Amino acid sequence: MKGYSRKDEGCPRLLDLIPKEKERLTKSAEEKKTRHGSSEEKQLELRLGPPNGDWTIKNKNISREKDHESLLPFGYFSPWSSSSGTTPFLQAHGQLKESSQPNPAKTAVPNSSSSSSSAQKRTAPTPVVGWPPIRSFRKNLANGSSSKPVSELQNAVGSKISSEKPIENSPKSLLVKINMDGVPIGRKVDLKEHDSYEKLSFAVDELFRGLLAAQSNFSAVGIKNDEDGGKAITGLLDGSGEYTLVYEDNEGDRLLIGDVPWHMFVSSVKRLRVLKSSELPTLSRGRKHGKLSLDTSPK
Amino acid sequence: MSEDEELPDLGGGSTRSSNSTAVSGGGGDHNYVSPSPDQVLENVLENVLCFLTSRRDRNAASLVCKSWYRAEALTRSELFIGNCYSVSPRRVTNRFRLVKAIAIKGKPRFSDFSLLPPDWGAHFGPWLSAMSRSYRALEKLYLKRMSVTDDDLSFAAQSFPILKELVMVCCEGFGTGGLAIVASGCREIRVLELMDSDVGDDEADWISCFPDNVTCLESFVFDCVEAPINFEALERLVARSPSLKKLRLNCYISIGQLYRLMIRAPQLTHLGTGSFSPLEIVAQGEQELNYFSAFAACKSLICLSGFREIIPDYLSAIYPVCGNLTSLNLSYANINAEQLKPVICLCHKLQTFWVLDSVSDEGLQAVSAACKDLRELRVFPVQALEDAEGPVSEVGLLAISEGCRKLQSILYFCQRMTNAAVVAMSKNCLDLVVFRLCIMGRHRPDHITGEPMDEGFGAIVKNCKKLTRLAVSGLLTDRAFSYIGQYGKLLRTLSVAFAGNTDLGLKYLLEGCPKLQKLEIRDSPFGDSALFAGLHHYYNMRFLWMSSCKVTRQGCEEIARQLPGLVVEVITRDREENETSEYVDTLYMYRSLDGPRADAPRLMVRPSLMICGKHCTSTECRFSIARSLDFTLSVWVPCISR
Repeated sequence: MKGYSRKDEGCPRLLDLIPKEKERLTKSAEEKKTRHGSSEEKQLELRLGPPNGDWTIKNKNISREKDHESLLPFGYFSPWSSSSGTTPFLQAHGQLKESSQPNPAKTAVPNSSSSSSSAQKRTAPTPVVGWPPIRSFRKNLANGSSSKPVSELQNAVGSKISSEKPIENSPKSLLVKINMDGVPIGRKVDLKEHDSYEKLSFAVDELFRGLLAAQSNFSAVGIKNDEDGGKAITGLLDGSGEYTLVYEDNEGDRLLIGDVPWHMFVSSVKRLRVLKSSELPTLSRGRKHGKLSLDTSPK
Repeated sequence: MSEDEELPDLGGGSTRSSNSTAVSGGGGDHNYVSPSPDQVLENVLENVLCFLTSRRDRNAASLVCKSWYRAEALTRSELFIGNCYSVSPRRVTNRFRLVKAIAIKGKPRFSDFSLLPPDWGAHFGPWLSAMSRSYRALEKLYLKRMSVTDDDLSFAAQSFPILKELVMVCCEGFGTGGLAIVASGCREIRVLELMDSDVGDDEADWISCFPDNVTCLESFVFDCVEAPINFEALERLVARSPSLKKLRLNCYISIGQLYRLMIRAPQLTHLGTGSFSPLEIVAQGEQELNYFSAFAACKSLICLSGFREIIPDYLSAIYPVCGNLTSLNLSYANINAEQLKPVICLCHKLQTFWVLDSVSDEGLQAVSAACKDLRELRVFPVQALEDAEGPVSEVGLLAISEGCRKLQSILYFCQRMTNAAVVAMSKNCLDLVVFRLCIMGRHRPDHITGEPMDEGFGAIVKNCKKLTRLAVSGLLTDRAFSYIGQYGKLLRTLSVAFAGNTDLGLKYLLEGCPKLQKLEIRDSPFGDSALFAGLHHYYNMRFLWMSSCKVTRQGCEEIARQLPGLVVEVITRDREENETSEYVDTLYMYRSLDGPRADAPRLMVRPSLMICGKHCTSTECRFSIARSLDFTLSVWVPCISR
């Protein structure tokens, strides 16, 4: 029986790209995910469960395919193998050779009458998707009450570490989170879609322009959602605008955009932030290590 | 607190429309006429209809004649949409003009157990678009199993300036960023409840986004939000919310922080205690906060939950309130019988009790001895595996049935059970309305006699004459279904898994249970001929779900052909060319006034065209199906003109 992984913290949400780019999305063969945007604009993307991974509880081998997020709770038996032809149920049977269940659960139970004889020995049964019917947040309570419940995949209910990482998707897309000062809703941007800082800056403007306008609408009385989209966000790269684009690298430092060649930036960037220029310490431009000693607490 | 409530408490009453003779807001397609006798009658009717609050009564009233239909449509202020795809938002807003409260349910329940693809649908967006135009005075919004985005929340906050209640149960698609917008934008919000929802951590400090002045918050539930929050902001929020009665904290709140909140809000009636453990283990001799006195100060507390990471030693802090509790949820607390007993023996008023099976049969015996007023019991497994140690069994069930005679609703997970215990419960607890027994090992018989569990479930349907909801498990033959069909005359919801022998099983159900509304079946050997046995009834049902059964594509097509008012969704796992299966993987069908939905993933729906996904050779198929698409979603549209 097929299973579909639950969305959880590290998991790729629906991609939020600029809604206008529908035509680009349809021609792409990649899985893209969008979380924001109305349903009319939203690309209808399917997010599939992890392919190839044999998601049995006993199995620790999680194969990383291009479309699958790195952390998924166990117990979510996903049959979706993008390239392999075998069903994961058969895979599971192959792996758990001790299982003596006569019928894979992918079809109905035609031999239930034969399995109904109480004399039949039941050895370790193949775990089945969605059985027992317990919602995922109720799982993983098996540890002692004095310790925090630990998920087998280190990304769990109760885990208090919210890890910061880009949302890996595939070699063909690199999604990073981007937040803007004063706007609660974050977005994601696919850095592979752009090949220069200018294009990125333009994308950021498009992502947040509408949100900024909506924010300022909120403080006004008589809220109406205008379609004009608000004013453009410019000067992100050179410090001349109201906002400045910065990024956090794999060492957790905050750096100004634009100092390193694009491809180096892409390989080290972990997330992006759009900060109010007035709140940045003055830094000279053009140096290699433009670190901002900002308070990096996200709150 | 119970899940899957049929009808959320939206409050009663409807608005009186006093000017319906003149240009009425609702009857936009009527020209202005001077009041005729008929119109006068409608006026009277509208004022009388105000007193009808039950939606079933209103449905009946609306069928009397056109005049009653119009009057009812103008005065209905609470809407309940049991299946968001059964009707289009436009149709709803055209008919009902004065809606103040709406409840919308989306995905079928089995989606909770990963049986439905993510992004299958149930998007709130289209409903929001329609409602934002027509229901600007909306006060209450209840969503269950809907997919809601941050942008939806933002738009909702803008569209409904007097929104007072927002409740989201089992929803997903949004994060703390969206919550921040709700907090800052919904100035009138009294009830903000997030339950069992998947909320993304956007690192937004949403608690700080509530307005700075005194709030009118009465209920604030966020125990499912798995993200740290700004505690100081929360403390200030609680301090400036004098009307706050219900507060359910998430697991990031330590017991020390809970203490600080409790002393600021002794008026609470419902409290979710968060982690119920300290941030750091308190050293010996160090002064501990007096949690006992904090609880003692909350004299109105009747409902306790939380205990997400409980250190059992702290449980004694709740003794002062146990005597008043009507509801206690320990279903995240891995405690044993000895730790439970001192608490439960004080809870003599308890009506709702959720617990983990870690308390074992012995703990349940203590419940049975102490909680004579118990109405609802849920026993969840610590280890949700088929072959785990089972600390609870028929012994616990029997004890409960003997001690808690007023029991109305039970959900019981166990590893072993006997017919005798289930029969005993059927005779002891005659008020049972909901009976859900989950024997976690598939096809497991009565572990003492080796018999199928047919007789036990048969006794339940036979003796519990008020039963409307049933979930079966264990080894079951067609006989069990014949019992259900024979006696389950009030049954509305039925869950079946790994049960039955032949098509007869399903036939008994479909032919025997006239009130059946929601039928969910998985991994059972029911095929096409059983499916056809329900043709007379499917229009009366909210949905039928069958996964991993023996239903074929042809069978599904035939149903769709014969019942044009049904939407028949088939989800078929993609297979390689050499792999075939005669059976569909999942069938989900439901009645709909507006035909197949347009937002099915990767699907283009046109009349008379069946979309087959990867194997579709039709040149009219507009979308190219990517190779990575691992399943196809087919929706049958009948080949007759609509």
